[in-house]
Amino acid sequence: MTATTADHHDDHHDHHPSGIGRWLFSTNHKDIGTMYLWFSFCMFIIGGLMALIVRAELFMPGLQLVTPHFFNQMTTNHALIMIFGAAMPVFVGLANWQIPMMIGAPDMALPRLNNWSFWLLPPAFTLLIGSLFSPGGAPAGGWTMYPPLSIQTGMGMDMAILAMHMMGISSIMGSINIIATILNMRAPGMHLMKMPMFVWTWLITAFLLVTSIPVLAGAITMLLTDRHFGTQFFDAAGGGDPVMFQHIFWFFGHPEVYILILPAFGVISQVIPTFARKPLFGYSSMVFAVAAIAFLSFIVWAHHMYTVGMPLAGELFFMYSTMLISIPTGVKIFNWVATMWRGSMTFETPMLYAIGTVFLFSIGGFSGLMLAITPSDFQYHDTYFVVAHFHYVIFGGTITGAFCAVYYWLPKWTGHMYDEKLGKIHFWLTVIGMNITFFPQHFLGLAGMPRRIPDYSLQFTEFNMMSTGGALLLGLSQILFLYIVMKAIKGGEKATDQVWDGAEGLEWTLPSPPPAHTFTTPPLVK
Amino acid sequence: MKLVRSFNASRISGVILAYTALLFGALIASPAYAEYGLNFKTPVTEIAHIEYDLHMLILYICIAIFVVVFGVMFYSIYAHRKSKGSVAAKFSHSTNAEIIWTVIPIIILVTMAIPSTEALIRMEDTTNSDMTVKITGYQWKWHYDYMDHDVEMFSSISTPRAQIENKQEKGENYLLEVNNHVVLPINKKIRLLITANDVIHAWWVPELGAKKDAIPGFINEIWTKIDKPGRYRGQCAELCGKDHGYMPIVVDAVTEEEFEAWVQKQKQG
Repeated sequence: MTATTADHHDDHHDHHPSGIGRWLFSTNHKDIGTMYLWFSFCMFIIGGLMALIVRAELFMPGLQLVTPHFFNQMTTNHALIMIFGAAMPVFVGLANWQIPMMIGAPDMALPRLNNWSFWLLPPAFTLLIGSLFSPGGAPAGGWTMYPPLSIQTGMGMDMAILAMHMMGISSIMGSINIIATILNMRAPGMHLMKMPMFVWTWLITAFLLVTSIPVLAGAITMLLTDRHFGTQFFDAAGGGDPVMFQHIFWFFGHPEVYILILPAFGVISQVIPTFARKPLFGYSSMVFAVAAIAFLSFIVWAHHMYTVGMPLAGELFFMYSTMLISIPTGVKIFNWVATMWRGSMTFETPMLYAIGTVFLFSIGGFSGLMLAITPSDFQYHDTYFVVAHFHYVIFGGTITGAFCAVYYWLPKWTGHMYDEKLGKIHFWLTVIGMNITFFPQHFLGLAGMPRRIPDYSLQFTEFNMMSTGGALLLGLSQILFLYIVMKAIKGGEKATDQVWDGAEGLEWTLPSPPPAHTFTTPPLVK
Repeated sequence: MKLVRSFNASRISGVILAYTALLFGALIASPAYAEYGLNFKTPVTEIAHIEYDLHMLILYICIAIFVVVFGVMFYSIYAHRKSKGSVAAKFSHSTNAEIIWTVIPIIILVTMAIPSTEALIRMEDTTNSDMTVKITGYQWKWHYDYMDHDVEMFSSISTPRAQIENKQEKGENYLLEVNNHVVLPINKKIRLLITANDVIHAWWVPELGAKKDAIPGFINEIWTKIDKPGRYRGQCAELCGKDHGYMPIVVDAVTEEEFEAWVQKQKQG
């Protein structure tokens, strides 16, 4: 590079982008991270409103507010928006903000690809939410889209399929970016087994994504061709098999749920050592446990399908492999407790959330173990017991993990401490609201209430009322979260570089807030 | 960094442990808590009994692990707080501990897997049945074909629309009543062939412990042998469109004589 070119390069760096162009054309990991985080919060609110419509209808038996068809659209789109619009993007946002800073890199490996990965999402979700207004409405066959029901759906299904292709491309490209960044751009001295756990969990999650999303793409494309182009992949009359869709879908679907939880595990592994002022217990086992969970996640998918009529050998195989996943997961829980053990703990909001995540996720893990047992699953399958299970692991694991991360890193991003008293109130309201909403659903499932019904027989009334009350509390509490974040952005006690007494890692050597470009020269890691 | 006064963690952990103990207590109370809507309905077949017993075994094991692990964690929250003067230890690994808490869970899993395998093998054995009923799911009703008796009928929900629309007070069996009940004899091994006409449904009667997907173009096979006469109500258990919540099942389990009489009546009427 000649001197003149270098000068020109510096000039470009002195130019501070502003206005809408700053956001539309950004290749900066911090700005893109911010966009992902705000986008996921908007989707969380929209998905949450859909859930509130569902819970409002289920407050009492009888049809009060919506038609059964609209109810099915709400349950379907609540799930699609929460999984693909809220849970996954929030962790991509955290990855974007944090990974370069945590490994001492100036940005992601592929900054322009990063921009496109984000900007695919708003149009994708406009299309998905727009399907509500199409003739026939949004898809209403569950987020799992089983044929032949999903073949029957109107054009809303086609819009959703295109939207999901766009989201899938965004995820695949983002994952390629993450893998390339982590493998190639670590600062000198940061060997793989010295990386922060959040970086490890994202490395492994990125591999899960590139392997499983193309399978989803295949499944939904086959739905599209069955719907419009004369194929009969899932139509027995044409020699096809509806159950084949389930196999293909769940081959994606199971790794997908580990994609949802592993980055949250990574966050917990950062936060607990910080607030216990003690190193993470068993770092190597934690890495191997995540790798084991990721590997096993590919060979358990049919536990979502125990009632389809699988041969005995298949049912037994999937029962054993599913039970096996609890071993590495248990190792992680025990290692977190061992990190806390004989530490010197304080309980600021991130630590409350970290403990909450471990506690709530474990409850979901226990119901998951119960669901793994095939003979009893015949009674749980497609009941509210399953709904309780996955909300404990997804809300109690993924979402509380995301809240944990935001409280933990917000002072770094904004340069201001958030209001600690309000943060704690948000924590308690969320955790109490979440438990009132979902714990009774275990009982509803055991007592015989099926899933995905807008109306129910009278004996299910009390627990449904309780669940709806909890949902209202849970939903309203998130307004407080928005207020806390806005308040911290605007001002508050100045945050130091290290922010937290026990915080360790490269991001805590940077100023709070960090300048737009950090680690333009890589640090030396001892 | 401003040191914030931390919550009284021991009070919180006390509350949480009390909540846990209360829950535990409620759950280990007599099996009659099926009436409080907290657990499975009372089983009336051997298979439903096996499912119930297995469910309770796994549940107890999970509760035990929960109490131990979170007991340790909440004790640590109480005892190892900075505000209580706890000084952080430096250890960050212990191979022995890791081995122990990998091996013990493996042993626990094997203990669970053995009865689960036995139960599944028992459930999947449909040989030597006494009669066969073919069940077909439709959007949104069921069709029953007694293949050995030349009797067939559709069965649709009989709850009046007015009750669903809140114009009339809801009856006791709201949404769990149909026009034609599935009459079955007790003490006979009945093979159920399950299929569908349009989309995937699932036939489920909790008290029988029987659930299987009804897939168009394919036939699934389960069996049931009912020990106790009575009326057992179930529902469709796979989203099948707008009236998925409105296609219930009612099984009347009767003595063999009553069953034969019913068959005769169906053939005439």
